[in-house]
Amino acid sequence: MISDRGAAPGHVMGDPGPTGRFGEFGGRFVPESLVAACDQLEHAFREAWAEPSFHHTFEALLASYGGRPTPVTECTRLSGELGIRLLLKREDLAHTGSHKLNNVVGQAMVAQRMGKRRLIAETGAGQHGVATATAAALFGMECVVYMGALDTERQALNVFRMELLGAEVREVHSGGRTLKDAVNEAMREWVATVEHTHYCLGSVMGPHPYPWMVRELQRIVGDEARAQCRIILDGADPDLVVACVGGGSNAAGTFAGFADATTSQLVGVEAEGGAALTMGVPGVLHGMRSALLQDEAGQIREAESISAGLDYPGIGPEHAHLAAIGRARYVTADDAEVLDAFQRLSRTEGIIPALESAHAIAWVLAHAGKEIPSGSTVLVTLSGRGDKDVSQVRDLLGSAAGTGQRV
Amino acid sequence: MRVPQPVSGMLADHLRRRRDGGAKLLIPYVTAGMTDDWLVAAGAVAASGADALEVGLPFSDPMMDGPVIQAASLRALQRGTTPQGVLADLAAVDLGVPVVVMTYYNLVVRMGHRRMASLLAESGVAGAIVPDLPLEEVGPWAAAADEAGVATVMLVAPTTDAARVGRIAERSRGFVYGIGRMGVTGEQACVASSAARVAGAVRDRTDLPVCIGIGVSTPEQAHEVCRVADGVIVGSALVRRLLDGGGPDGAAEFTAALRRGIDTG
Repeated sequence: MISDRGAAPGHVMGDPGPTGRFGEFGGRFVPESLVAACDQLEHAFREAWAEPSFHHTFEALLASYGGRPTPVTECTRLSGELGIRLLLKREDLAHTGSHKLNNVVGQAMVAQRMGKRRLIAETGAGQHGVATATAAALFGMECVVYMGALDTERQALNVFRMELLGAEVREVHSGGRTLKDAVNEAMREWVATVEHTHYCLGSVMGPHPYPWMVRELQRIVGDEARAQCRIILDGADPDLVVACVGGGSNAAGTFAGFADATTSQLVGVEAEGGAALTMGVPGVLHGMRSALLQDEAGQIREAESISAGLDYPGIGPEHAHLAAIGRARYVTADDAEVLDAFQRLSRTEGIIPALESAHAIAWVLAHAGKEIPSGSTVLVTLSGRGDKDVSQVRDLLGSAAGTGQRV
Repeated sequence: MRVPQPVSGMLADHLRRRRDGGAKLLIPYVTAGMTDDWLVAAGAVAASGADALEVGLPFSDPMMDGPVIQAASLRALQRGTTPQGVLADLAAVDLGVPVVVMTYYNLVVRMGHRRMASLLAESGVAGAIVPDLPLEEVGPWAAAADEAGVATVMLVAPTTDAARVGRIAERSRGFVYGIGRMGVTGEQACVASSAARVAGAVRDRTDLPVCIGIGVSTPEQAHEVCRVADGVIVGSALVRRLLDGGGPDGAAEFTAALRRGIDTG
C-alpha cells in the first residue's frame, strides 16, 4: 500500500507512486480534460528524473546560471542574543532572489521534453512569476503569469520585473483577488491550451504529479543544507529545521533533505491568517486532497496575510501527511511578529528577508530559550530576499521607520 | 414534500426512452440560488422543452467554469445559498423532468459521501455530475451514489483516449457527458470540431445516451451538435440571460428556442 510505504522508516518523503497519494492526501482531482496532460507530465518527469544526464544538465544550469549552491550562513549576532546557534540556508542569494528558480528550471526542461513551447504560471508575491518569466526567457519560451489584482497592487515592482523579462501578466479580479484566484484562472487557461502549454505550478500543490515533482526539484535545497550543516556542526545535524509554508515548496525541498536522513525536528511555519494545517480541515481544491480553510458547507475561505506568498487557504498534501504521521509539525506566526522579525534580521545580520521567510524567523525569535531550548542548533531556510517587500513594509511601519534623519 | 422516487436507473431509462422514440435530448443548466426566483425559472425552463435539468450547486472556486457561471455562483453564495438549502428547495417542488445536480467535489467531501448521496436521493435528484472527480478518484463517491440510487454522470473529454472512454462509459450512469471543447464553460461563436469526435467515441463504446456540453450556446449550435450526439447541455447562454434579468419568462423563451432549433434546425 502506498500509505504504508509513505510512512515506512527511511521512506517518509519517497515516491508517492502512480496515485500520487501521501497517506490520505494528494491524488489527482482534475476535470477529465486535464487527466491526459497530468499523465503526460508524470510520465515525462518520471522518465527525466531517472536519467543521470537530466540531473547533470539541471544541476549544471542551477550552478552556472542560478548561483547554486547557496551558502549556509551562521547568524553570529542573533545567535548570541537568542542563546541558540542559528543557521540560515540562503535561498535569498539564488538568482531571481528565491528558491523558486530551482522548480521552474526543472519544469521548463520537462516542458521542452514534452514539446511544449509556452509556460503559464500563477503567482502570489510574484517570486514564482518572476522565476517562471526568467526560465521562459532563458529557454526562449512564451510566458503568461496570472496574478491576483490585490497582489499586483502590493507587488507592483515584481509585475514590472516579469514584463521586463518578456512575460505577460494577467490580473485576476475574481474571488479575493489573491493567490487562490490566480491558481483558478491559470487552471482554466490550462484546460483551454493544454496541447501546447505547460502549467508551471509554483508549489508542492495541485494534482499529481505536481506535489511530488516540485518537491523533488526543490530537494536540492535540503540536500545541500544537510551537507553544509554537517560541515559547520562538526558532523552533526541541526536540532531543528524550520521553514515557512504557504503551498510549502521551500519547506518541502528543505524537509526532503532531512526527513529520512536525520532525526532533526521539522517545523513548518504558516501565516496565522492562512494556516491551513493549523486551522483547516481536509477537503479537495486545485486538484489535491489536503487541509483547507473552508466553511461548514465546504466553500473555501479567503486567507489573509501581509505576505502575498503565504496568502493561500490550502497547503501541499505532503505537508498534511507529514503532520498526520508526526514527522513534521506546523505552527503559525502572526503579522506583527513577522514585521518584527523582518526588521530584527535586517539590523542584526544585515539580511533583509522576504516577508514569507520572515515567518520562519519570527517563530524562532518567539520560541528561542523556551520551546527551543538554549544551546539548540536551528537551521532556517531563508526562502527569499526582502527587496520586493521593502516598500510595503515601509508603508506598514509608517513614519516610525520610514523617514531618514536629516543631518 | 415530494415522495422520494425509486431513481436507480431512472435517469438512463427516461433519457433512453426519449432518444429511442426519436427525440434529441435537451438538458439546460441553471445555477441554484443565483436569483430570488431561480426555482421558478428552473420550473419554466423544465416546462419549455427540457428532457432533464442540470442544477449547479454554487461553489467558491468553480475551476471548470467561465465568467458567466462564476458570476452566477458568486451571486448565489452572496445570497446565502447552501447545498442543504438548495436540496430542500428541490425536494419541495416537482419540476416535471429528472434533475441532475452539478457539484464540485469539495461540497461532497465536506458533507460526507453517504450523507450527500442520501440527501440527493431524498430530494428527488436523479443524478450527479462532479466535474473535478475523474475515474481514478470517483470510487468512494460512486459507491455511495449507487447505493442511494443516484446516477453518477461521468465526463469524457476530447483528450480522452479510446480505451479510457470505454472505462468511463462503463462507470457512468444516466448518460455520458461529452465535453465538446477543451476549455471551461462559456459561450462560443461556433461548435468545436472536437464535439463530433467526442460524441462518436462515446457512441462506439456504450448504449448510454451521450450529451455534449461546454461551449454550446445557440439553437443553431444545439442543432448542429445533435446531428452527432444524443443531446446537448446548455449552461452559460441560459445563465447569462438570467443574470441579465431575463427572469423565468426569458429563460423559458430561450429554452423553447433551443428546443425548436434542435427539432427543426
